[in-house]
Amino acid sequence: MKIWQYGDNINTDMLFPGKYTYTCNTPEEIKPHLLEDLDPLFAKNVKKGDLIFAGRNFGCGSSREQPVLGIKAVGIAAVVAESFARIFYRSSINQGLLLIECPEAVRAYQQGDNVCLDVEKGTIMIGSTTFSFPKLPKEILAIRDSDGLLPYTRKKIRRKKKQ
Amino acid sequence: MGMTFAEKILAKYGGEKKVVPGQILTIKPDHLLMHDNAAPIISKIQPELKEYGIFSSTLPVIVLDHVIPAAAEKNAVQHKQIREFVKKYRIKHFFDVGCGICHQIIIEKGLALPGTVLLGSDSHTCSYGAIGAFSSGIDRTEAAALLLTGETWLKVPQSIKITLNGRLQHMVTAKDVILSIIGDISASGADYCSVEFHGNVNQFSIEERFTIANMGVEMGAKNAVFPVDDVTVNYLKLIKILKSKYTAINPDDNATYDRELTYDLTMFEPVIAVPHSVDKVKPIKEVEGIEIQQCLLGTCTNGRLSDFQIAAKILKGKTVHPNVRLLILPASRKIYLDALNEGLIKTFIEAGGTVLPPGCGPCLGAHQGVLAPGERCLSTSNRNFKGRMGCNEAEIYLASPATVAMSAIYGKITDPRKEARK
Repeated sequence: MKIWQYGDNINTDMLFPGKYTYTCNTPEEIKPHLLEDLDPLFAKNVKKGDLIFAGRNFGCGSSREQPVLGIKAVGIAAVVAESFARIFYRSSINQGLLLIECPEAVRAYQQGDNVCLDVEKGTIMIGSTTFSFPKLPKEILAIRDSDGLLPYTRKKIRRKKKQ
Repeated sequence: MGMTFAEKILAKYGGEKKVVPGQILTIKPDHLLMHDNAAPIISKIQPELKEYGIFSSTLPVIVLDHVIPAAAEKNAVQHKQIREFVKKYRIKHFFDVGCGICHQIIIEKGLALPGTVLLGSDSHTCSYGAIGAFSSGIDRTEAAALLLTGETWLKVPQSIKITLNGRLQHMVTAKDVILSIIGDISASGADYCSVEFHGNVNQFSIEERFTIANMGVEMGAKNAVFPVDDVTVNYLKLIKILKSKYTAINPDDNATYDRELTYDLTMFEPVIAVPHSVDKVKPIKEVEGIEIQQCLLGTCTNGRLSDFQIAAKILKGKTVHPNVRLLILPASRKIYLDALNEGLIKTFIEAGGTVLPPGCGPCLGAHQGVLAPGERCLSTSNRNFKGRMGCNEAEIYLASPATVAMSAIYGKITDPRKEARK
C-alpha cells in the first residue's frame, strides 16, 4: 500500500482539470487525467488499496464530481486529510468514497510509517500511534453504505412506490 | 436565544421550530440548478426516469452556459440531449445557448427570491445570497437524485458574522472587498459555514452583493448571504416581482455565531489574488508592473452592467496595449443588450476588445481564450487555480473590473487609481 501525500488546498482543477469536465464522464475516461496537473505519476502508478494523505481544505473549488469518481475508481481506500471542502465531502458520501478527517493522523505521518486503517472501529494507526476518527451520522452513513446516493435513492423510491 | 439566517431558513424548510448547528434535516428546495452538466446528470438515471418520471417540471432550472456555442461535437451532442430532455419532461425553466450564465439568469429571471432555498450542481450556486436566498452547490449525483425525489439532506451549518463598516474609497470595488476578506481568512476560512454580511451593506447594489456572495465558496462557505433591505426590494420591483411574492428571512439580533469579524471598508484598497490560490491576496502596489497577455472582463463574478460601466469609463477613447488580448464576457443577453444600448460595447470594441457570447467562456479553460505556457491572464473571474484556463504552465491573477480595464491599457498590472494615458 502506498501513501500519496499532498499539501493544503488541493483544488478540483488539480484533481481533474476543468478543460475535460464536459468531455470525460466515465471512470475510464477520467482515470488518465486524474491529478494530472498535481502529480503526473499518480494516474500511472496508483494501485487499489492506496491511501491519499493531505492537508487542509482538500477538494476545494468546483462541484465537478470526476475527482471523486476517479479516486474511487482507481481503488483509493480512503482520503485522510486535515479538512475537506464541503462539496467534495458531500460528493464522496454520494459516491461511497471513504473520507477521514483527522488532522492529528496527517500531522503524525512520516514517510515510511506503517499505516493501518480500521473502518469498523473508526481508527487509523500511524506507526505505533492509533488515532480515532468520528463516524458519520447514521442518516448519512446509510447513503455511503448503500454504495452511494443513487443506489440509496433507487431503494427509497421503490419502497415508496410499494406503499 | 435567536437564530442565524441559516438556522432560521433551514428550520422552516425542515419543518422544525428550532434547530442547532450540526442537526441534519430533510429539505425540499424551491429550485435545482443544472447547466451543460444536465446531460451527464440525466444519463445517470435513465431507467428511473423512464419508470418514475421526474419529481416536478418546475423544480429544475437548466441553463446552457459552460461550453457555448458548442466547441466540439461531444458538447453539441450533450446540448441536444438536454434539449430533448427538456421537451420530453416539459421542463418549465430552460435557457438555451446565448441567454447567459446560469447564476445571472437565476437572479435576473426572479427564480431566486428572498427566503427561498436553491441547490445547484455548480459551486457558485452560493451567489443567490445576494438576494437573501439560501443557496449552495452540490454534485451531479445529488442533482440526479433530486430530479427524482425533490428532496435531500442538509446539515445546519455554523454561522460567521462579517460586519462591514465605513465606505469604500474611489476605485475600490466589491471585488476588492471579497478578495481582501478571503485573503484574510484563507481559502478554508469559512469551510462548512454560513457567512452573513452585516453592517453598512446598504451601499452595495444587488450587482455588487452578487460579486461578493459569488465568491463565498472560495473561502469554503456553504452559503453567503446579505440581509433583505430596500436595495433588495427595489431590485425585485425592477424585475417586476412584488413584495407579496416572497417572505424575507433575516437573522435574529441575538443569534449565536461561531465567529464574528469586522472590517472597515474605508481602509480597503485595490488588491490582486496572485497564482495559484484565491487567498494569495496582495495590495496592488506589490504586484504593479507584472506584464500580462490576456485580460478577461466579465463572468458570473463581474460581468454585469455596473462592472462594464466602470471598465468603459476607463477604456473610453483609449487603446488596449498591443501585447494584450482583452476579452469581454457579459453575464447575460440582457446585460449584453443594455451595454450595447449604453454604448459600452462600442467603447470596448473601439479600444480593441473582443466580445464573447454570454456564457462561461475561458473561465474554466474549455475554449474561447485558453492560455499558452508562460502567459499571464488578469481576470475578473473567481478562480486562479493552476490549469484553470486550460494550461497548467500559465498564470491567472484575479482583480476588479477597474483594475483589469486600466491594466489592459498598459499591458501590465496597473493601479486603477492612476490617471489613464491616451
